[in-house]
Amino acid sequence: MNDPTNKAIGKPLDRVDGRLKVTGAARYAAEFPLKNMAHAVLVQSAIAKGRITNIDTSAAQKSPGVLAVITHLNAPKLASPQSGGGDSSGGDAQVTAANAQSGESGSAGGENPFEKPVPVLQSDQINFYGQHIGVVVAETLEQARHAATLLRVTYREERPATVMAANLANAYKPQSLLIPLKPDTQRGDIQGGLKAADVQVDHTYTTPNEHHQPMEAHATTAVWDGGQLTLYDSSQNVNGVQKTVANTLRIPPENIRVIASFVGGGFGSKYPVRGHTILAAIAAQQVKRPVKLVVTREQMFTSVGFRSHSSQRIRLGAKKDGKLTAISHEIHTQTSVFEEFIEHVGVATPMLYDTQNLLVTHRGVRLNLPTPTIMRAPGESPGMFAFESAMDELAYALKLDPIELRLRNEPERDLEKGLPWSSRSLVESFRQGAKSFGWERRNPEPRSMRDGRYLIGMGTATATYPTNRMPSSAKVRLLADGSAQVYLAATDIGTGTYTMLTQIAADALGIPTERVRVEIGDTKMPRTPGSGGSWGAASYGSAVQSACVAVRAKILGMARLDPRSPLKGLSNVGMDIREGRIFSKRDSSRGETYQEILARNNLKVTEAEVESTPDEAAKKYSMHAFGAQFAQVRVDPDLGMVRVTRFLGTYGAGRILNPKTARSQMIGGIIMGIGMALHEETVVDDRYGHFVNHNLGEYHVPVHADIPAIEAFFVKENDPHVNPLGIKGVGEIGIVGVAAAVANAVYHATGKRIRDLPITPDKLL
Amino acid sequence: MKLRIKRRRFGQLMIASTLVTAIANFPQRTFAQKKLLSPTPPSSMEASSVPVKLRVNGAEHALEIDPRVTLLDALRERIGLTGTKKGCDHGQCGACTVLVDGRRINSCLTLAVMQEGAAITTIEGLAQGDKLHPMQAAFIKHDGFQCGYCTPGQICSAVGLLNEGHAKTDDEVRELMSGNICRCGAYPNIVNAIQEARSQQT
Ligand code: FES
Ligand code: FES
Repeated sequence: MNDPTNKAIGKPLDRVDGRLKVTGAARYAAEFPLKNMAHAVLVQSAIAKGRITNIDTSAAQKSPGVLAVITHLNAPKLASPQSGGGDSSGGDAQVTAANAQSGESGSAGGENPFEKPVPVLQSDQINFYGQHIGVVVAETLEQARHAATLLRVTYREERPATVMAANLANAYKPQSLLIPLKPDTQRGDIQGGLKAADVQVDHTYTTPNEHHQPMEAHATTAVWDGGQLTLYDSSQNVNGVQKTVANTLRIPPENIRVIASFVGGGFGSKYPVRGHTILAAIAAQQVKRPVKLVVTREQMFTSVGFRSHSSQRIRLGAKKDGKLTAISHEIHTQTSVFEEFIEHVGVATPMLYDTQNLLVTHRGVRLNLPTPTIMRAPGESPGMFAFESAMDELAYALKLDPIELRLRNEPERDLEKGLPWSSRSLVESFRQGAKSFGWERRNPEPRSMRDGRYLIGMGTATATYPTNRMPSSAKVRLLADGSAQVYLAATDIGTGTYTMLTQIAADALGIPTERVRVEIGDTKMPRTPGSGGSWGAASYGSAVQSACVAVRAKILGMARLDPRSPLKGLSNVGMDIREGRIFSKRDSSRGETYQEILARNNLKVTEAEVESTPDEAAKKYSMHAFGAQFAQVRVDPDLGMVRVTRFLGTYGAGRILNPKTARSQMIGGIIMGIGMALHEETVVDDRYGHFVNHNLGEYHVPVHADIPAIEAFFVKENDPHVNPLGIKGVGEIGIVGVAAAVANAVYHATGKRIRDLPITPDKLL
Repeated sequence: MKLRIKRRRFGQLMIASTLVTAIANFPQRTFAQKKLLSPTPPSSMEASSVPVKLRVNGAEHALEIDPRVTLLDALRERIGLTGTKKGCDHGQCGACTVLVDGRRINSCLTLAVMQEGAAITTIEGLAQGDKLHPMQAAFIKHDGFQCGYCTPGQICSAVGLLNEGHAKTDDEVRELMSGNICRCGAYPNIVNAIQEARSQQT
């Protein structure tokens, strides 16, 4: 009775929300039909630094259908992050709560950075191009959109700092990063280690500004009913929205309900609360009607965060046999002038390979751009591009196979934390991945492999992502008809939350998946963390599992003590459940169903709500998923065009709850990684500080034609330490190392090492 | 394919030209942010709405709408068919794809008043009662989506693609589906779903 029967877990169940999604019935934040809805449109600054000297709203006010024009001149006073409830001292608008790594359990200071107030329209100060300076509310979207163009704004403009490379002299050492990693990490003697090396590499790599751009633009529908506020919000973190909005508007969180039944992607941008959500709430209050506010695709570039440009100098030293003697990773990234988010780009470096001598440093540069934020595998994603490119360079310098180089530096334990691995399948991932990819067919000589006039290259890189788990609660109700309902605040941003929780509940209760209904995305339900940090499955799953166990125990308790029950007197271990029927292990004819037990006890429902917290024992291990990425590219030697023609990822990520949806997550991560490698770059106009290519025509995310057949599989990994279900999480590892694998393949194909992403044709010609 | 190369190369040229542009001076200029295309149209013109009849999924909808309303916004905001998605409002993502007289179009790029008399099919109109359209069923089977936001557009586009009848190989499907962006990255599964639906068709 202790183990779930495991009938559903591990099966490639089709998404339980699939039907709603393919028929258009799934409702996203801007799709709840409400009577008397008004429409809001954002107005944003046209300068990057300075002050608003005047806003003339008269024409907009008079425009047909306009209900309200809100600017800093008439916006309500909001709490600021500094005061937590007072004056926003000059600093101002748009202070998103972005500056925290997805609320990781260890984040310092006690105060959750994702719950800090988000003041908007609080002063005349402009800190970046595209800052919200107003919102126009009208009867229809067309009327609001037109009126928004009628605002006459006058600025006193100052020269902005917008490009990191030009401002490196002002780089500073941040107080802290957003996860429990210090800005500087040092181990052993880096200079000594480099001196002791037979071979060294020393290069600087850069990654550009990148934007999440989920297909559903951020949107909020706000409805007031007296003092009660309901927000339909495209959010990865409904409890975070509830708290943040409460703190900003200074109302009790109990007065706020946040609903996010379906979320059209997020990738980090929808974790923190953004200014537009606050503006929707304010606007609805002012016009006393429901208000819908959808951020436009152009506004998405300045309104919801992005991944910072990074510049990373890597120095590696190794003995002739490949043993690393030193790893140095010095990182510069940018933050905004009004708040701090310094991405933990070097997070994976200290633990990845076996070396005694290590240095990792993070420095920040303040620019008049929006504050960067977490984006799929924050830290690992840019950091591992640089580090794993450098490892490939080292392999070539040593004339060693790149996989062999990694195997020779496989650490026995996490040298930074001084802890054993809960499990680590890097070697196994490389072994199985190389075999299935056909790595042995690779001639290591650059430019040696061809297909007609095309150059062919193969490259590989390591992937890794930490295993996280957060406190989470869940409620499970078993009904008289033998079906179950599962409730928790959690979100499904495409990650398969609905489906995998259905599987977990089905197994824990011993009923078929069709008898389970999961409801999530609502603060009315038990509190959970948001979807981020790849902790959804482990956190939500553990809570649902415990709640199911509690419900089952209640029902079995009733039966065991009931003289009318055939199960009377049996112990927990003496029973088994299948298809909702509980029976004696010794004599399966002796048993009865949930329905029978509930009916006899005159119960319509039995329920349990639990809060599940991470196990202390887990702290005794270093817990990460690992994997190996393999890319094959085809390069046109005349045009410099790179196509990824084949990609394979192999991962050890603990127990896989649903191989179908988990594989999709990995493929999705790989595709975003291919975008990072070849296409994605947001270009800043250094005169005005605006993102030049702020649309999907010019910010190139991968499209169908860019993506070949992709393979992804998991090596078998049984990790008893991470959490009772053995889950490591699969949301982010898929993207890690992909850009490096592609860049390494491009080097193999062309003999040209591209150290600045994205790898565009001009860099190869 | 050729078009795509051009688009990308054009982007690079633009980027290059931005970088070589001289840095401007900022002696604390004061200037006004205003609409580039003034003058304001007379308010009577904006306030006026026009009658339009739209035939969506076989049902007729008589609307009185602002002539600026796109087909996409008419579907979502006026008729209440929110299955058709808005991803960019600029013809750059395909989330708003619907079928008009059997052909796939971006509904954000056409005004509702231009579609009077046309037979419009949205994602809500593909299933026959409880029975899913084979393309919808194939998307579920092959996990051709994650967040589901691009999905109605992908499915309508895929149905339109099969109507066009010229996509056979995987590469052709990829090329001709490239107007439909999926940021979740479900592309390989979408291609498999389309190929299965195509094979069932013949
Ligand atoms: S919304 Fe129409 S193409 Fe993007
Ligand atoms: S499924 Fe999320 S964008 Fe395609």
